[in-house]
Amino acid sequence: MRQRTRKTGTPLAIELPVQGGGPAASPLGAGTIKKKKKGFLHELIHNRVLFLMLLPTLLFFLVNSYFPMVGVYYAFTQFDFNSGLFDAPFVGFKNFEFLWKSGTLVKLTLNTIGYNLAFILLGNVLAIVCAILLSELRVKWFKKLTQSIMFLPYFVSFVILSVIVYNVFNYDSGFLNTLLARFGAGPVDVYNKPLVWIFLIILFYLWKNLGYSMVIYLAAITGISDEYYEAAKIDGAHIFQRIWYITVPMLKSTFVVLLLFSLGSIMKGQFDLFYQLIGNNGVLYNTTDILDTYVFRSLKVTFDIGMATAAGLYQSLFGFILIMTVNYIIRKINDDYALF
Amino acid sequence: MHIKDDHYTRLLQGLAYAVIIIGSLACLIPFLLIISASLTANESIIKDGYHLIPAQFSVEGYKTVFIFPDEVLRAYGVTLFTTVTGTLLGLFFMTMAGYVLARKDFKYRNTFSFYIYFTTLFGGGLVPWYIMMTKYLHLTDSYGALIFPGLMTPFLIILMKNFIRSAVPEELFESAKIDGAGDFRIYWRIVLQLSMPGIATVGLFLALAYWNDWFSSSLFINDPHKYQLQFHLYNVINSAAFIANMGAGTGVSLGSDLPTESTKMAMAIVVTGPILFLYPFIQRYFVKGLTIGAVKG
Repeated sequence: MRQRTRKTGTPLAIELPVQGGGPAASPLGAGTIKKKKKGFLHELIHNRVLFLMLLPTLLFFLVNSYFPMVGVYYAFTQFDFNSGLFDAPFVGFKNFEFLWKSGTLVKLTLNTIGYNLAFILLGNVLAIVCAILLSELRVKWFKKLTQSIMFLPYFVSFVILSVIVYNVFNYDSGFLNTLLARFGAGPVDVYNKPLVWIFLIILFYLWKNLGYSMVIYLAAITGISDEYYEAAKIDGAHIFQRIWYITVPMLKSTFVVLLLFSLGSIMKGQFDLFYQLIGNNGVLYNTTDILDTYVFRSLKVTFDIGMATAAGLYQSLFGFILIMTVNYIIRKINDDYALF
Repeated sequence: MHIKDDHYTRLLQGLAYAVIIIGSLACLIPFLLIISASLTANESIIKDGYHLIPAQFSVEGYKTVFIFPDEVLRAYGVTLFTTVTGTLLGLFFMTMAGYVLARKDFKYRNTFSFYIYFTTLFGGGLVPWYIMMTKYLHLTDSYGALIFPGLMTPFLIILMKNFIRSAVPEELFESAKIDGAGDFRIYWRIVLQLSMPGIATVGLFLALAYWNDWFSSSLFINDPHKYQLQFHLYNVINSAAFIANMGAGTGVSLGSDLPTESTKMAMAIVVTGPILFLYPFIQRYFVKGLTIGAVKG
């Protein structure tokens, strides 16, 4: 998907004379030249069925992803649902200025990146540990069963997560307070403790997603050849050494790929998770508000369209610049790991 | 040396069993809590709270859910409809796209791959998309709003392409072409037949996303008759929680027509039931998807 992508369709063809014949029949050098010279239109007619089959997908992304990009214009307006779509007064960078001066942008950025870093680091380390331990289990059925159980939370909806949180933490009858009462302790109003939710959000993220990454790492471990372990065993390496010097290094490439993918989306919050856990509980916003929840609230609760678009645009741009930078650096270090 | 290794191996085995058992329990207990609460008498929950084992067994929660089944059945209908339609449509489009992008003789496949991939790098954000959906496409309160957004994702298209690449050898395209089969015929008669496991995987990913979707309802649907199942559950839990909190603050007693604690939990089980039931059978397809999807597209 690399250089070729950017070069297709460039007007290299202009300087070359037209030649007949299929590309397969021609010698190497001439073949490449000839491919370049056949224009897009020729391909379109020649492969019309293939283009037609791809059309729904192209249209989908055009409508669902590319059209809305035009709408970032609203970020520079004071949009009002009642006035027409293009009647909204243009206010320049005022929305951004407000977001910046009120400190909202800094807080949201720090929260979004902070949570994501915690998710990425803890998620991957724990997934690797669990995958290694799981791969060491010798009872086959138990291994399969526990893997299935740990993958299960990935399948339930985030609404169920909010049911669980309600079940455990609700003040009057929650499991936690029931348990505390049994030990003679007084009830705790968790919904009023912003700091606790930092921990809870990370915990529930891990609960929901650990199984997913664990399965990926487990597949990578299964792919490691037994010969390495046999050889190490003969050389007298004990089990912990075999894990540390064989398994862990062999997981490096999987880890780097997963890491890069998640770094690319470090500005995108886990909206479902945060919204289902926190909802519209204003007491907790300081420690739990991320860009996505802020944008959603501005859109659906406070109807501040201009501001919401501005925050969304900031998120997209910042994320885009981040991923481009990361990808550029990775390409310099090791081309194989580059995302594109 | 050997004795030491045996010793360490036993240590690791013990550690592995301990950690994995604790991890599995942590994943299971929340579900057990919900199941237990759904089978507990409501008064018991109000009086002593939730327990891991029902303090006072009762099925009244489920009874209440099914005494007035209209709402939950309708929500089930909406979710079933959107899941089936969305999955079939999305699969049709994505298998075609995966096939075209997997064809090495298709010249612009890299350009188009990037066109699809780019949408994960940059986007207009939620608000412009929302305005387009409501003001330009007029999808408010329509099933289109529930089906359209989830039809395809770049991840699944790349996954589909990789599946087709690994299931259908390039030479097969060539020989089918020589035998006079058209591009669509190759797709319909060969690619679809050979990549069934891949299609099942992608289809299940898609179906799961539709089944668990509550966000589309919350954004685009005002008519309660068109709420998806998950959003219906969300409302039951949250409206009740909200009113209960208000009641606690003001000393006003709760309305008697509110869903009781056990009903809420029974509802959660009714909503999640199909997933829990199907999970053992479909799980391996997801594992396969992750294993292949982890390969860079």
